[in-house]
Amino acid sequence: MSGFWALLKRDLLLLLRQRGEVMHHVLFFLLVVCLFPLGTRPAPDLLLAVTPALLWVSALLSALLSLQRLFRPDLEDGTLEQLLISPRPLAALVLAKVGAYWLGSGLVFVLVGPLLAVPLGVPADAIPVIMLTLLLGTPVLGLVGAIGVALTLGLPRAGLLLSLLIFPLYVPVLIFGAGAMHAAITGLPTAGPLYLLAALLVLALTLAPLAAAAALRISLE
Amino acid sequence: MMRWFHQLGSPPHFMAISRRLEPFLAVPAVALCLLGAYAGLVWAPADYQQGDAFRIIYIHVPAAWLSLFVYTSMAVAGAIALIWRMKLAEIYVVTAASLGASFTFLALVTGSVWGKPMWGTWWVWDARLTSELILLFLYLGVIALNNAIEQPRSAARACSLLALVGVVNVPIIHYSVEWWNTLHQGPTVTRFDKPAMEWSMLWPLLTVALGATLLFGWLVLVRMRAELLWRERRSRWVRRYLAGEEAGNG
Repeated sequence: MSGFWALLKRDLLLLLRQRGEVMHHVLFFLLVVCLFPLGTRPAPDLLLAVTPALLWVSALLSALLSLQRLFRPDLEDGTLEQLLISPRPLAALVLAKVGAYWLGSGLVFVLVGPLLAVPLGVPADAIPVIMLTLLLGTPVLGLVGAIGVALTLGLPRAGLLLSLLIFPLYVPVLIFGAGAMHAAITGLPTAGPLYLLAALLVLALTLAPLAAAAALRISLE
Repeated sequence: MMRWFHQLGSPPHFMAISRRLEPFLAVPAVALCLLGAYAGLVWAPADYQQGDAFRIIYIHVPAAWLSLFVYTSMAVAGAIALIWRMKLAEIYVVTAASLGASFTFLALVTGSVWGKPMWGTWWVWDARLTSELILLFLYLGVIALNNAIEQPRSAARACSLLALVGVVNVPIIHYSVEWWNTLHQGPTVTRFDKPAMEWSMLWPLLTVALGATLLFGWLVLVRMRAELLWRERRSRWVRRYLAGEEAGNG
């Protein structure tokens, strides 16, 4: 596991040196959430009804945009090839990279989420559940997305292709994540969708790094 | 068993076998499709509730069945391609994807044509329709990935992996979509309860389904042979094969 911690530390250090990128995430969420009410009537009940979809779709979009940088800098400076030929299990290294990526993007969203939810009219007692769904769901976006990014790594313009590859796989997260938020907003029990979301997270944590590692080997062979 | 497996993996051997296999697929496929379609469109009685409109089932159900069958078979072939690096399995994944996408598209279009007179709308966010639509996107993802990667072998291996990842997700997507639809209020135009089918309606359906599956087998063999010849066009066995082909015809 020493490889895992070393890589995690390195990526976090890189993240700290580029704090601007984290700010970009925050601004992206703010902009998406700010633009949406402008495209419709500012009726509170309408906004409240679409809040879960809005939060999750902006999470998916930001994942799509930011995931491209998951492996690319390492590919360009040759680090990725060193990781591939290192004796450490590649899946663990992929997990470290996704973990660092999530701390810089998903976790930010978890923390910013309440700031966005309150102006949309979400009641205060639903906020913890909203943060919890984001906490459980955003890592899945990173883990599953890593497979798509690894598959499209060598391609010059992978953006639109990446969306076609990973958005269908995001459907369960979207459904359970938005379902739990809906339940929380309307005061229904939220345990069911939260457990299912947690199950998805466990499944993605165990299988996605293996698949992403295999995809990296295919892309770089 | 293993020897047979390896022999099948050798391209010239596959060309010979598939040539011999082809008529056994093509003739029954066409015969069963024609018979089933005729029986379904003419002999089967009209439905007491849906009238003659139900007859689109004879295309819709086989297409939907094949859309699932082809994806599963692609994942199996993808696993074989990744584990044993078998060229033919790679070619199967790539060629079956566009056929599978066509069947999925056909299932969606016939379903929507059927939905218009039955439910009064072209599209309902019904669980089954939605997961079929997502299946179409999964197919299109495989096709797009194959087109995007230039080197054909690594493209095929990437597609194999994507098909495997997708097949793990298909049941999850299906159940989550079903759950989503039960959470929300049900659509106002609900699906008719499927009546247990009368035998006179059922046997043409099974006939067409079997015929369509054989048709798929035939088409995929033809396309695999073409793809194989194209990929190996610089190898010696292809030249020998083509020379033999010309001698045979002339």
